[in-house]
Amino acid sequence: MPLRITENIHNWLFSVMPEGVASLVEMTLIAVVYLTIFAVAGLFLVLLERRVAAWFQLRIGPNRVGPQGLLQTMADAIKLLTKELTGTEKADKFLYNLAPYFVIISALMALAVIPFSAEFHAFDINIGIFFLIAISSIGVIGILLGGWSSNNKYALIGAMRSGVQTISYELSVGLSLLTMVVITGSLQLSEIIEVQKSGWLILQGHIPAAIAFMVFMISGTAETNRAPFDMVEAESELGAGFHTEYSGMKFAYFFLAEFINMFIISAIAATVFFGGWLSPFGITESIPELGVFWFLLKTMALVFLMMWFRWTFPRLRVDQLLTLEWKYLLPINLVNLVLMALLVWLNLTLRL
Amino acid sequence: MSYFSDIYKGIKTLLTGMSVTGKYFVTSRKGAITQQYPDNRDTLQMFERFRGEVIMPHTDDNEHRCTGCQKCEIACPNGTIEIIWDRGIDEATGKKKKKIDQFVYHLSMCTMCGLCIDVCPHDAIKWGQNFENSVYDRSTLTRVLNKPGSTLMQGVED
Amino acid sequence: METEVLYSNFKSEEYFINMGPQHPATHGVLRLLLTIDGEIIKKVEPDLGYIHRSIEKMCERDSYQQIVHLTDRMDYLSANINNEAVCLAVENALQLEIPERVKVIRTIIGELTRIASHCLWWGVMGMDVGALTTYFYGFRDREMINDIMEETCGARLTMNYNVPGGLMLDIHPNFVNRVKEFVAHFKTKLPEYDRLLTGNVIFQKRTVGVGVLSREDAISFGASGPVGRASGYSCDVRKHHPYSAYDRVTFEEALRTEGDTYARYLVRIQEMWESLSIVEQLIDNIPEGEHRVATNAVIKLPKGEYYQKVETARGELGVYIISTGTKNPYRLKFRSPGFSNLSLLNHIAVGGKIGDLVATMATLDLVIPDIDR
Ligand code: SF4
Ligand code: SF4
Repeated sequence: MPLRITENIHNWLFSVMPEGVASLVEMTLIAVVYLTIFAVAGLFLVLLERRVAAWFQLRIGPNRVGPQGLLQTMADAIKLLTKELTGTEKADKFLYNLAPYFVIISALMALAVIPFSAEFHAFDINIGIFFLIAISSIGVIGILLGGWSSNNKYALIGAMRSGVQTISYELSVGLSLLTMVVITGSLQLSEIIEVQKSGWLILQGHIPAAIAFMVFMISGTAETNRAPFDMVEAESELGAGFHTEYSGMKFAYFFLAEFINMFIISAIAATVFFGGWLSPFGITESIPELGVFWFLLKTMALVFLMMWFRWTFPRLRVDQLLTLEWKYLLPINLVNLVLMALLVWLNLTLRL
Repeated sequence: MSYFSDIYKGIKTLLTGMSVTGKYFVTSRKGAITQQYPDNRDTLQMFERFRGEVIMPHTDDNEHRCTGCQKCEIACPNGTIEIIWDRGIDEATGKKKKKIDQFVYHLSMCTMCGLCIDVCPHDAIKWGQNFENSVYDRSTLTRVLNKPGSTLMQGVED
Repeated sequence: METEVLYSNFKSEEYFINMGPQHPATHGVLRLLLTIDGEIIKKVEPDLGYIHRSIEKMCERDSYQQIVHLTDRMDYLSANINNEAVCLAVENALQLEIPERVKVIRTIIGELTRIASHCLWWGVMGMDVGALTTYFYGFRDREMINDIMEETCGARLTMNYNVPGGLMLDIHPNFVNRVKEFVAHFKTKLPEYDRLLTGNVIFQKRTVGVGVLSREDAISFGASGPVGRASGYSCDVRKHHPYSAYDRVTFEEALRTEGDTYARYLVRIQEMWESLSIVEQLIDNIPEGEHRVATNAVIKLPKGEYYQKVETARGELGVYIISTGTKNPYRLKFRSPGFSNLSLLNHIAVGGKIGDLVATMATLDLVIPDIDR
């Protein structure tokens, strides 16, 4: 028996209000729910990162505020809210203030198409994957604007690096997902998951899928500007990179968006390669409510993987970053795409 | 061909690195290298030679061992110690004799070099183990080490 | 991987950027004036003096016992070795016969200091190229040495344990056991350093062939320590002019010929192994005896000039004393390794990227108070 809460609310709203008002209210409600998810997930991920980093580094991590330090990031957010918003004198004020919103809104929009479960899926469009790729590249405009408008050379270098990086790695993100689309035959996220009822795609597509997964994780990490691709911030080189001049909540927006982007990349990977909200071998198929649990579990596992990368690897240099993309990932990806097409054509995919 | 072997070797070294951090991640709960200060104040034990601050031990009868010879004042490289001395009457001999009035110690100037303690002929000053020296007003860092009304212990000078 | 510009249709413009005095990569208050073209470095001008404390001038005012503690504050990561340098200079000038026990203990503590310094350097090196976790692993091992130091000398960083004539106190009874414990511990951890960072493909790409210093340049810039040795310039004072107990231990001078950042990295890693072996050779046979010979309360050096050099973790530290026979030196000059090593930064960083500069600077292992004094 699937959850009917959303449907009940929907019916109730339309029964008490005129249609136009009802759909407006509904949209607002959904937006509020997603904003809450955004905030909670962002804060939770920051906390998780700090705890995971601490464990990698033989430390204990935040353990003062709240039980087990669970409220630490909440306290930090409140502190950031109360902080003064500083800026440079000669900054381009309009763009400077606009930049954080670009970053955070693109992250939010991407969140809307993520299928948390069969029910919990706000925006199931038929070009889901395409939309995700498109949206995830808008965020870089915010970074470019922020770096450019704050009138700081370090910020500018950071922003330019980010532009270079995102333009290059977008290709790999797109192509590796395209490789998987060859199997599914659909861009719609819900359908991609349907296909995986007969085995997760990483199993169905075995070797090319594994390669695509690796490429996706690498380029996804690069897209989110996380170590070892954190050229944009590179604190030992650029201080704080593009957000050097941001303080208070504006800085927090950049910071939260980074973590949400990490979540989104992991969520896409979980959806496309690991069956999204499907349980392994269908063990809990009769309880669809567990979909969210499985989805989050898989996503968190991948988030953890990205954190593991971050706390182990040194950072690449900016030209090596491009070498990696253009000389390694892209050719591999193209060959892989052909391989996958052959696989599907010859019907060599594994199905349960 | 070296293209592929490069990729293979690269991935291998990356995984080796991840295995190192991964191992610590798994065992970290036991082996955190940080200390939970100030939670562990009660159990925190400094090493016996730890140089926290210069102190002057007094006995229960409010006696110290400092004769006021000023050797420590001379040895100190940065004028941390100021000895304000006085002449008192020695009860036993009835002669005039140097004694300390105030042993002034400016903790804010001390570099913990240990020369004063090294040079003191009567072991009158020692290292204290207290390291929590932060204060709101730096003038409170100037201390008088001899307690009020304290006297020189008998027999120190012999 | 080197990129080469064959021709360019773009007009580029050089611009200045201030790296420091507050910058994470300069490890202190060093200011670098960079002239860059895009990301490529055209010129590096170090601007010094932000932490100048007139140590040399202060030395002219202080007695010889007091000078020792000032040297702690120069290269604070090899505090004990700096102390030793001044003490050796004074002892040689006075022609004091130093007990064997003192020599051996000084050597052990000096090598422990070197390991501690290199541990910190390794952690920071990793951090500078972006691997933050190394920092904590380096500090974990350094902490054990710090504990040994604290137990015996009383302080973790500015020990002031050497005095002209010997050591301020005898070693703590736990010293030998703790050192052995550390040696055993560190032998298991050093291979881990290699697994985590040395072998890492990203790290190698970042360092191999970056910031190459030739042997001739190393000599003409006065490079010493691991920086000089990575360029094939055999300059280990411990080997060439043995002091304390270095004449009775066998160790290998870590030498490489590549002269790049990776070579400097490997030299330091190898030095840690060599230091471990020196400590192992000495720790079991510390001779019995006095820990200190008495000197006059007021030390007056005979009229003349005295020079003593030692090998600190960063290179050759020289102490040059001119005495007029009074209780203070007339002039005291430190030849600090960091200063000469910094001077060659412009030479090797030009043409690289900002990331290369940071990696190169990390392997020069600069300690700013040592440069400014
Ligand atoms: S503390 Fe010691 S050295 Fe200083 S004045 Fe007293 S007796 Fe003399
Ligand atoms: S420890 Fe050194 S600086 Fe401090 S009071 Fe004693 S001699 Fe002076």
